[in-house]
Amino acid sequence: MIHSLFLVNSSGDIFLEKHWKSVVSRSVCDYFFEAQERASEPENVPPVIPTPHHYLISVLRHSIYFVAVIQSEVPPLFVIEFLHRVVDTFQDYFGVCTEAAIKDNVVVVYELLEEMLDNGFPLATESNILKELIKPPTILRTVVNTITGSTNVGEQLPTGQLSVVPWRRTGVKYTNNEAYFDVVEEIDAIIDKSGSTITAEIQGVIDACVKLTGMPDLTLSFMNPRLLDDVSFHPCVRFKRWEAERILSFIPPDGNFRLLSYHVSSQNLHPLRSTSLVAIPVYVKHNITFREGSSQGRFELTLGPKQTMGKGVEAVLVSSQLPRGVLNTNLNPTQGTYTFDPVTKLLSWDVGKINPQKLPSLKGSMSLQAGASKPDENPTINIQFKIQQSALSGLKVNRLDMYGEKYKPFKGIKYMTKAGKFQVRT
Amino acid sequence: MEWANQLCENRQFGSKMTDSKYFTTTKKGEIFELKAELNSDKKEKKKEAVKKVIASMTVGKDVSALFPDVVNCMQTDNLELKKLVYLYLMNYAKSQPDMAIMAVNTFVKDCEDPNPLIRALAVRTMGCIRVDKITEYLCEPLRKCLKDEDPYVRKTAAVCVAKLHDINAQLVEDQGFLDTLKDLISDSNPMVVANAVAALSEIAESHPNSNLLDLNPQSINKLLTALNECTEWGQIFILDCLANYTPRDDRESQSICERVTPRLSHANSAVVLSAVKVLMKFMEMLPKDLDYYGTLLKKLAPPLVTLLSAEPELQYVALRNINLIVQKRPEILKHEMKVFFVKYNDPIYVKLEKLDIMIRLASQANIAQVLAELKEYATEVDVDFVRKAVRAIGRCAIKVEQSAERCVSTLLDLIQTKVNYVVQEAIVVIKDIFRKYPNKYESVIATLCENLDSLDEPEARAAMIWIVGEYAERIDNADELLESFLEGFHDESTQVQLQLLTAIVKLFLKKPTETQELVQQVLSLATQDSDNPDLRDRGYIYWRLLSTDPVAAKEVVLAEKPLISEETDLIEPTLLEELICHIGTLASVYHKPPSAFVEGSRGVMHRRLPARTGSGESTESPDVGTAAGGSAPEAAPSIIPSQGDLLGDLLNLDIAPSTTTGPPPPTTGMQMGGMDLLGGGLDSLLGGDIGGSPAMGAGFGVAPAVMPASLNAPVGGGLGDLFDLGGGVGMPMGAYIPPKTVWLPAMKAKGLEISGTFARRAGVIQMELILTNKAMSVMTDFAIQFNRNSFGLAPAGPLQVLTPLGPNQTIEVSLPLSTVGPVMKMEPLNNLQVAVKNNIDVFYFSCQYPISMLFVEDGKMERQVFLATWKDIPNDNESQFQIKDCHLNSDAASNKLQGSNIFTIAKRTVEGQDMLYMSIKLSNGIWVLAELRVQAGNPNYTISLKCRAPEVSQCVFQCYEAVLKN
Repeated sequence: MIHSLFLVNSSGDIFLEKHWKSVVSRSVCDYFFEAQERASEPENVPPVIPTPHHYLISVLRHSIYFVAVIQSEVPPLFVIEFLHRVVDTFQDYFGVCTEAAIKDNVVVVYELLEEMLDNGFPLATESNILKELIKPPTILRTVVNTITGSTNVGEQLPTGQLSVVPWRRTGVKYTNNEAYFDVVEEIDAIIDKSGSTITAEIQGVIDACVKLTGMPDLTLSFMNPRLLDDVSFHPCVRFKRWEAERILSFIPPDGNFRLLSYHVSSQNLHPLRSTSLVAIPVYVKHNITFREGSSQGRFELTLGPKQTMGKGVEAVLVSSQLPRGVLNTNLNPTQGTYTFDPVTKLLSWDVGKINPQKLPSLKGSMSLQAGASKPDENPTINIQFKIQQSALSGLKVNRLDMYGEKYKPFKGIKYMTKAGKFQVRT
Repeated sequence: MEWANQLCENRQFGSKMTDSKYFTTTKKGEIFELKAELNSDKKEKKKEAVKKVIASMTVGKDVSALFPDVVNCMQTDNLELKKLVYLYLMNYAKSQPDMAIMAVNTFVKDCEDPNPLIRALAVRTMGCIRVDKITEYLCEPLRKCLKDEDPYVRKTAAVCVAKLHDINAQLVEDQGFLDTLKDLISDSNPMVVANAVAALSEIAESHPNSNLLDLNPQSINKLLTALNECTEWGQIFILDCLANYTPRDDRESQSICERVTPRLSHANSAVVLSAVKVLMKFMEMLPKDLDYYGTLLKKLAPPLVTLLSAEPELQYVALRNINLIVQKRPEILKHEMKVFFVKYNDPIYVKLEKLDIMIRLASQANIAQVLAELKEYATEVDVDFVRKAVRAIGRCAIKVEQSAERCVSTLLDLIQTKVNYVVQEAIVVIKDIFRKYPNKYESVIATLCENLDSLDEPEARAAMIWIVGEYAERIDNADELLESFLEGFHDESTQVQLQLLTAIVKLFLKKPTETQELVQQVLSLATQDSDNPDLRDRGYIYWRLLSTDPVAAKEVVLAEKPLISEETDLIEPTLLEELICHIGTLASVYHKPPSAFVEGSRGVMHRRLPARTGSGESTESPDVGTAAGGSAPEAAPSIIPSQGDLLGDLLNLDIAPSTTTGPPPPTTGMQMGGMDLLGGGLDSLLGGDIGGSPAMGAGFGVAPAVMPASLNAPVGGGLGDLFDLGGGVGMPMGAYIPPKTVWLPAMKAKGLEISGTFARRAGVIQMELILTNKAMSVMTDFAIQFNRNSFGLAPAGPLQVLTPLGPNQTIEVSLPLSTVGPVMKMEPLNNLQVAVKNNIDVFYFSCQYPISMLFVEDGKMERQVFLATWKDIPNDNESQFQIKDCHLNSDAASNKLQGSNIFTIAKRTVEGQDMLYMSIKLSNGIWVLAELRVQAGNPNYTISLKCRAPEVSQCVFQCYEAVLKN
């Protein structure tokens, strides 16, 4: 099981270590540092590194490497999932997961890690259980504790720890009972030079914020549940009911949680028309050329909305890694601002909203190193955007009902589409 | 730096909001200050001080000097303070064991606390304190906590057993905690079940041969029920445990699959992958025409695809596993090619894995798309990735014949880019394409030749040279091209040199007239100016070949080559099967057998996919599969020929034609002896074990612990005897050795007679054999192997028969045995099936060894422990025997028994009857307790044996009888 955890910052310093079994010397991290040095980019450090006596499994989040040390055969995904849970918990407790935040709360961090793992076995990883065991630091509580001498460690056995619904504590009370659901879809796509789609898929999630008194039992139904044939559920969802009736039935955790995530690939979106693809909401016209023997290159880029179901495309951000040979650029955006970093060769253009009547464009020239040959690689254009009030797949919630409690809750559903890894090749 | 700034900021605001204040003092008197604060009367100050101590500890500062002061803070009602002190204790108890004892009382008290949270916390923390003295005190509280009314305490205690086992495995077994843990698998609370499974799995890892997780349909059912209700982590443990089970038939297999499939929709990717493992393994048993089989295949694709939308680290592990799944069952993902297309900002480790899978999935249906993608990748920035993409194009050409032409033209396009490493990779793969499709694409050779100068990597140069040599007749200036390489012959790498030699020889055979000078040049370079033996030998072979028979040379050098296989770098099927059983583990990430991962483990069980069986007929689980075989000839694995064999054969071959020089057998014998001596020497160096000559063998049993291995080899015999003597002072008589009996009569073994016995000499078990050759011909190449047996007996070294055994010759050999071999229960328990091989055949026989051979030297139990254990073992396990006609008094009997490691612990005389209490420990850790009643004047003894494994009692009794009567 998980032996030890080291937190390493971007400059390669170990700033926290925790051992759940015997102490493993820090020097084991030298193997990690070696791998880190070999990697061209921080994110290229391989997640599993073998050493003579241990294995190092690491994730990189918020510029911190979480390096777990294991000694025997342990499923690596188990370790990675656990590390993610650690990151999420820190974020949950401290608002941000940074080196500074961790150091500021080192005792809480230590207490948390101790509660999360026992002898390498996960103990309590549900945020609501942890919060009953160790209260998150707030300014008010710190002040109160200092004055009254009380502690931020719970005295009671967390109620959820052993119940059939470990994700929910008992005795929850709210004056305003509310349940909000956000349907958020991210579209990942690769568009080729000619503008045709190579792959497109949608990663969707339904995130919930439920603040309801007592033990509510909710059901959520969809207009078009057929879309959801590849789903991962929060443990609270009753799987049998979903299999049989395509209805989500669950006793929700208290507070924020991810109810389900789903995946829609181009094939299963329109099963009747096999040729159709995931709707691509924006298009890009581009012309990036270099000529042999010339020290100038041309750069032209125009964006336009495609299939947006009548909703506006906002928060558009275009970025591209230009070839190393490019010294500088001289471009004119019709709207928004653009920057080019001559060191990293990263071009980024903050477009804002796309106005269908007046399409945004970025045109101009690039200066190349004199005498250098024409760059071999073609830059890829990365696009980010948001479309409010619409889920690209067309997923729609039909109704939400509550059983088991008498009051009338306030309900709300929001939809949003975002670009995930949306890439256009040139 | 950021950190320092933060500190300053905090100071500026005079903030006491954060823990960073605990870091501020690094001055000299820090420890002193903390000490004062820890001993303060004010609770609040104490707590702050402990926090400071913890903070220092987390960043690796040594605050162990404060141990007594921190421990003093332990007795408190404040839960937070208690937890902090516990944290500290876990860290430093190891370095201050005596101090740690101070904490024991509080722990024991806390284990009785009315608050289950505190009970659990105490038992949890105690288990983390790796100090022997403390573990002794832990047993009682742990026993209570394992039966606690509160499931939270039980589940914590279950993990504690695993911790304790890690510290002191023997203690856990002796205290019976393993059985309690097994009982917890049937606990009413799913979390307790999950933790018990997790703990047992971890313990089982260090005991590969134990049956800790013996699963049967009932326990499987319990696990499946718990699976639905426990946490995600518990689900992983349970699924991994389920994967070790082998269902009885396809119906059971299907029903388990049905109950596992909902896990594929879990948000935790580790749960998903473990479920995939169970399904991949169990579907092997389903008939392919079953509807459910098809449904299951369809259900597996979406979760695998979903794993690829997760974080890159998860993707990487998923991709490595998908690589296996695609090789085993390509049909699952054959329509999902697109999800493996590479995004330009994927981390490099994800890119390379995706590429690998793309090639595996490439087929005629999707090859156009794949090629377009690969061409795109070949223009990316990352060199490693580009190289692999270019190679991938070549692999596609080889895999999908219809695409070969397109692939070649794509490669030519890439060569036109003139990017150096792209060109080189392209040439390497084009060479393979030529080998797969000879006489098809040679038209491109001209283009390749244009790039000759830009090749600077050995592999690419070698590939190009191969092409020039192979197609010399079509390349007008082949001789010039090769000659140009020859100029810097000595600076080339071996690979290129060898290739150049072969290519020029080929050229010569094709165009002998113009190239005579060239070939002589290369041959002389290779044979005279090179000190590389490979190169020189190959040069000489060609030279000899060309000078003696050019026609034969042509036939050899220009022989038609076999086509290269379709798919390159597939994992070999047995390894693949094993890896499929280990989906989701490190083994599956590295594509190496699991035995390569568990440190220090010996004999990890190899898992195989279950075979398909119809319902009704039942299958043994594969691990005990051979048990059904029964008789030795079927069950015994084939004998592995010793290394000497092959060499011997080769030598024979060499010597056979020149019989005139003398009788061949002695010659070979001597040479082989030389070889074997070397082998034996190496063995003994490596294994620290004995490999001396048989003559020395007799007095040779010396436990490595007693004598350093280095002394073993030459003077071993004499020294061994000395040691034996020294050891024997306390024991008037040596261990009982049964007389030799004939195990294998000559008529059954083509003239080889084997008789033998077993002995234990200074802690080493020996099999002492007499081999007699009653045939007319010489026997050589002896080897020995055991079938799996009850106590894992296995030869600790090769059978040392150094000289050939002539007709009517006899040789005595002693073979040291180890007890770490594979285990299988035999009937009777002490039965051993042996296979002996010589140059004539393989022979099988079985024999029975006296179990006393397995009695170890440290088998003397403490009196207290003896009493407790005697009481603890249920009376059902007691068996009574009579030993008749024994005329020893009790002291003589005790002495005699001690020689065979049966230790008398206490003696009591009641009404003229002597009661001797004795203990025995078997090599596998089983304890046997005995009570021997001897009445003066009565030649009949009564013996009662008590053991947790009562099946050994009969064998032990036989030993008593044998020892006492001889």
